[in-house]
Amino acid sequence: MAKYLLLKHYRGAPPPVNDVPMDQWTPQEISAHAQYMNDFAARLEKSGEYVDGRALSPEGTFVRYDGEGRPPVTDGPFAETKDLIAGWTVIDVDSYERALELAAELSAAPGAGGRPIHEWLEVRPLMAEHCTATE
Amino acid sequence: MDEALLRSLTPSVLAVLVRRGADFAAAEDAVQEALVEAVRHWPDDPPRDAKGWLVTVAWRKFIDTTRADAARRRREDRVEEEPPPGPASSVDDTLQLYFLCAHPSLTPSSAVALTLRAVGGLTTRQIAEAYLVPEATMAQRISRAKRTVSGVRLDRPGDVATVLRVLYLVFNEGYSGDVDLAAEAIRLTRQLAAAIDHPEVAGLLALMLLHHARRAARTAPDGSLVPLAEQDRSRWDTKAIAEGIGILQKALARDRLGEFQAQAAIAALHADAPTAGETDWAQIVEWYDELAGLVDSPVVLLNRAVAIGEAHGPRAGLAALAELDDSLPRHTAVAAYLHEREGDLTKAAALYAEAAHKATNLPERDHLTRQAARLNAKRRA
Repeated sequence: MAKYLLLKHYRGAPPPVNDVPMDQWTPQEISAHAQYMNDFAARLEKSGEYVDGRALSPEGTFVRYDGEGRPPVTDGPFAETKDLIAGWTVIDVDSYERALELAAELSAAPGAGGRPIHEWLEVRPLMAEHCTATE
Repeated sequence: MDEALLRSLTPSVLAVLVRRGADFAAAEDAVQEALVEAVRHWPDDPPRDAKGWLVTVAWRKFIDTTRADAARRRREDRVEEEPPPGPASSVDDTLQLYFLCAHPSLTPSSAVALTLRAVGGLTTRQIAEAYLVPEATMAQRISRAKRTVSGVRLDRPGDVATVLRVLYLVFNEGYSGDVDLAAEAIRLTRQLAAAIDHPEVAGLLALMLLHHARRAARTAPDGSLVPLAEQDRSRWDTKAIAEGIGILQKALARDRLGEFQAQAAIAALHADAPTAGETDWAQIVEWYDELAGLVDSPVVLLNRAVAIGEAHGPRAGLAALAELDDSLPRHTAVAAYLHEREGDLTKAAALYAEAAHKATNLPERDHLTRQAARLNAKRRA
């Protein structure tokens, strides 16, 4: 029983096998992709392994503290930022192997030509909030 | 209203319904509904016979659901007549429920969830909060688990070891949200120990009590971890320690050693020491040797290396550690500790930092980072 974050990247992951940008797919291919993603989330909910998930807008701003009484400083977005997160899913599964299996399932979503995208997903273990009751 | 009493009745009420012929999944739903009714009505109108009340209400809920289903399916309703209550074998029935909820066909997380609900009487929401998942996810997990075991007959005794593993998992989860899972695990293990005479059940109960006794001393007011050697022993719960040791001694006297008794014996030796310096490490090493003969677990060998380091010096501990796979969880933390004891602060600091990087929970990571920082400051001074 451990939680994992599955991260999908706009940028920063190695290129997928079926590397065709979405705007060059056919409308049917886009629908098939969306359907696959919905089905995946539904399966996860039914199996009792779903915790949370959201898509993120590519637009973002960097913010930092600039001293007492001063407004926060903002900057960006930076075009050169190498890593850009597109979305995330948190799962609660019995093993690391199961987390990998689910990530691979997500990576098999169909893309151009109806073939799997083979997209690279990042799997990150969530830190537990507390330690075990035995030392 | 006494929630503990209410929940202690859950397994026997469920067992009555199952014995009367209700299938497990439907019976479990009905008992949950009856518990909700009890919470609603008992404060104003407490029943004279709590269990009888729950059985009656749960059975009525079950009949209502079955009737509705039957009407939908246009088939005969064969369970309309209320049968007489069965013989008073509620202890056996409770035991069978433990076995069912820990059935080997279930994944660990499903077995844990089902045990907490069907045996523990917790609501789906409470279990979901304790495991930090959405209620809908926990509801799915429980209903899948119920489907998985619904075909299992409750007529053969199961393997008590599977039940103990599930209870140990619940205990180890500790506490978050409003449900204290460690306390709940102790309650369920106590209830199991009353239903079955088995030295390993007693061993697990003793182990839980002995660890639980130290809980208040394990965390500083700021939430940070306090290692065993630095704990304020006056804050240990002496009553729980005495109970744990008493239970353990009786179990050990039966001469059927198992892993939980051996682990409890180690916990008892720690609990027995008035100060960390007076810990009987030589005897702890002997118990780790026993334990290593009982279970094939590299974690046991890792803890044994720590004990050897305390009993025979850090160099002996490092030699024992060298025989183990360094990818083991906490291997680096143990190496850091032993190198510090040996006086190599530079190496120890680097290892603590590395161990912090590998930690899988926040208090442990922060603790290890602090150890690295402490040694780095000492080296600079």
